[in-house]
Amino acid sequence: MDRRNFMRTGGLAIAGAMALPSFARSLAKEESLSSVAAAKQHFGVTDADIRKTLEAALERGGDYADLFFEHTFNNSVGLQDGAVNRTSSNVDFGMGVRVLSGDQSGYAFVENVTLDEMLRAARTAARIANSTTKVAPVSLTERPIKDNFHPVLKPWEEVAVSQKMPYIQRLNDKIMSLDPRVQRVTVGLNDTTSHILFCNSEGVTYYDYRPMVTLNASCVMEENGQIQTGRSSRGFRKGFEFVTDDIIDLMARETVDSGDILFKAITPRGGSMPVVFGAGASGIFLHEAIGHAFEADFIRTNQSIYSDMLNKKICNENVTVVDNPTVAFNRGSLNIDDEGIYGKNTTIVENGVLTSFLHDRISAKHFGIEPTGNGRRQSFRHIAIPRMTVTYMLGGNMAEADIIASVNEGIYVDSFTNGQVQIGAGDFTFFVRSGYLIENGKLTQPIKDVNIIGNGPRAMSDVTMVANNLEIDNGTWTCGKAGQGVPAGMGMPSILVSSLTVGGSS
Amino acid sequence: MISNENKRLAQWAMEYAQKNGCQGVRVSIGTGSNTSFALRDGKMDQLQQASENGMTLTFFVDGKFGTFSTNRLDQRELETSIKNSIESTRYLAVDEARTLPDPSRFFRGGKPNLQLLDPNFGVVSPDDKVRMAEAVAAEILGTNDRIISVNSRYGDRDGFSYQITSNGFEGETAGSSFSLSCSVSVRGEGDARPSNGWGESSLFLNNLVTKNIGKKALERTLRQIGAQQVPSGQYTMVMDNLNSSRMLNPLISVMSGAALQQRNSFLLDRKGDKIGSDLFTLIDNPHIIGASGARYFDGEGVATEKRSVFENGVLKTYYIDTYNANRMGVAPTISGPSILELQPGTKDVNGLIADINNGILVTGFNGGNFNQATGNFSYGIEGFLIENGQVTKPVSEMNITGNFITLWENLVAVGNDARPESSWRIPTLAFDGVDFSGS
Repeated sequence: MDRRNFMRTGGLAIAGAMALPSFARSLAKEESLSSVAAAKQHFGVTDADIRKTLEAALERGGDYADLFFEHTFNNSVGLQDGAVNRTSSNVDFGMGVRVLSGDQSGYAFVENVTLDEMLRAARTAARIANSTTKVAPVSLTERPIKDNFHPVLKPWEEVAVSQKMPYIQRLNDKIMSLDPRVQRVTVGLNDTTSHILFCNSEGVTYYDYRPMVTLNASCVMEENGQIQTGRSSRGFRKGFEFVTDDIIDLMARETVDSGDILFKAITPRGGSMPVVFGAGASGIFLHEAIGHAFEADFIRTNQSIYSDMLNKKICNENVTVVDNPTVAFNRGSLNIDDEGIYGKNTTIVENGVLTSFLHDRISAKHFGIEPTGNGRRQSFRHIAIPRMTVTYMLGGNMAEADIIASVNEGIYVDSFTNGQVQIGAGDFTFFVRSGYLIENGKLTQPIKDVNIIGNGPRAMSDVTMVANNLEIDNGTWTCGKAGQGVPAGMGMPSILVSSLTVGGSS
Repeated sequence: MISNENKRLAQWAMEYAQKNGCQGVRVSIGTGSNTSFALRDGKMDQLQQASENGMTLTFFVDGKFGTFSTNRLDQRELETSIKNSIESTRYLAVDEARTLPDPSRFFRGGKPNLQLLDPNFGVVSPDDKVRMAEAVAAEILGTNDRIISVNSRYGDRDGFSYQITSNGFEGETAGSSFSLSCSVSVRGEGDARPSNGWGESSLFLNNLVTKNIGKKALERTLRQIGAQQVPSGQYTMVMDNLNSSRMLNPLISVMSGAALQQRNSFLLDRKGDKIGSDLFTLIDNPHIIGASGARYFDGEGVATEKRSVFENGVLKTYYIDTYNANRMGVAPTISGPSILELQPGTKDVNGLIADINNGILVTGFNGGNFNQATGNFSYGIEGFLIENGQVTKPVSEMNITGNFITLWENLVAVGNDARPESSWRIPTLAFDGVDFSGS
């Protein structure tokens, strides 16, 4: 993210584009500043303010403190009953102070970024510590964004509602035209732009520009009195260039197809059976079966079922899993995490061996290793904790068709809505929107609306085949933990899990 | 409290939006504060404290509809934001169904204070709050070799709102809540480290239960050790009073105007039909003084009233807001439920279990979802096998699958143990013939 882009995005208000606070407008003329310097001006803070606040944060003996400034703009435009008839905007602004003392953390935030308020928040957070050893903050040095994994061509601040409307209308019209059973369509286009300024007591400071867009379509279809819904969604860290006729046409087709299959689908017979996961969205299996339980706050506190399994073989040697925030434009991608650590690709399972957990600053220090860049927070209102970014399994050497052919009686699944896991017991679940029965090595009857449940370590050791068709899913996944939602990405090649418990009739 | 300064700002914002072309405006302002102290093994792990505020404006301009919200309550910034938002709204298609409620439906005051705010909020010192969380952990620390960690937490919050509309509504709310909770993680069988917990909450600190939270959390965790699947099949499902509202929530959600108007509801065109068994009688009872969920008006300012939701299984009402009522050409009701009371039976959970030969007591969920259009559901569960009136062993890693209409038709017993601190007061429920899948 270069300075010019920050100026542009921070400084302009297009009529009908976005409600920008007036104080931001003056920035447009400031051409000679670094991006951090411009951001400080944007938030109305000086180096002296930051230093005083960090000193106050550490005055009770904390060993680390950071300040997280955020200014976020969100717009959504919606269509219902054939017309684009709903718009909303939100502006969110504030700063959080975090103080660490060993594994302990204190946190407070303010919405009014004045020195007095920041000092008050800092002193509240400081109370976590109780030590006579004082750490002094180090002078700030900018940590520039080395690699921008989501450069933006058309910033959302420069896009008026009227420019978005034709695409939304086109999506509606296309869906309506594809199938006479469609009775209702809703479409929502949501864009978010966040400006982040980060400073910590070790002297690290950065400015990051974080774009996000989601597009959701759903339709209600009726056939002989039966009602089903279809849907499609995409989420990216992109600007307005994301919205094209091609993506609209693709999503229209997906929306109708995902409703169509449900008319033919049945609830399968429940019980334990082999499950083939299709490529892409099946990444939810990894997210729940291992991802959360690898987050190192659960490891340092010994609460995860994987706590004692580092460097141990946990599954088939064909399985390699990474958490990779550098996947360009992905919803879960990160240039730098919310603790000042650059995003990097971390291999968490290599050829079946558990090679790394996902660390934030606290857990990394606890284990005496480098953080992995997984310290993330929902907003300035929240504390950073270890989170996944873009988590996926690398491709293997089989063809998907051969995997399906190997199953006598089981199911194939590739469309999901939500999942969940119990970190300590290891039991995870996810809800299958649709899939197919596998009978004698062939996909046959469509199925729908079943929950699948399994146990993490057991299910991972039951992954017996991995296909060569890795696909990153670009749906609008949001991952929840400890009351915080963050955007996440996932991906998967097709795999076979030899036994999972599938919901269904008895 | 919402300060007079903020009330004036809301009034100004409404008039400013009108001056800039809005025929109708709703402005709401909310403020609040919260504190939490989380302890691990009796020692401070995380403290958080915050206060926040925000304003939301809803614009009705030339038959078009938009909203703007912000946490920056600065008049100069709001001027720009309001103008820009109205400008954005003007681009949209006309939607005549977007109107403020008819003023005759607004809450007009003249009722007793609902008493949802503890007058002593903020009086307790941070040290005392920490001591309460310490005491929760102290109940169990060192009492069992299986314990890996004990997380105890104290939290409190207060919240205030003020809402005005350009057609004459003015309303205010105030509330507080306090909570104490504990979660315990233990060594189970093999690598498993099951965890479970217990929590208490109250609108008033003096009413907050502070004892036996740690003990209950540990007991609930230990009893789950060794849980495993039992054979797939149909069982009578007993759902305890912590979880039973999860079976009601899908019904309430598809009774909303938004779901009905979009025809995405398995209760579409079913008002007046018998949906559940005779035991299913549910009342929305919004005016209980001092009760969580009580309110005199909804988010539109429309007055709430006591209403019958299900009567002996018959669906009596929908939750229809102004917009969707206009869209569908029906009379509006209220945008959503306040306090829901399911008519209780005579036995508690143990009494219900004693009557069951072959059942599963569900004490927790693990994921799952339902289809809004058809009512089909599938959820992961954990709990206990019931054999001949006795709880015999813990079960986990199982799914329940079915359809909500069939499920409520098969409601065979209702307990008397709804939790009064909850705004949905749903006791333990028993349903016959539920499909469980496991081993």
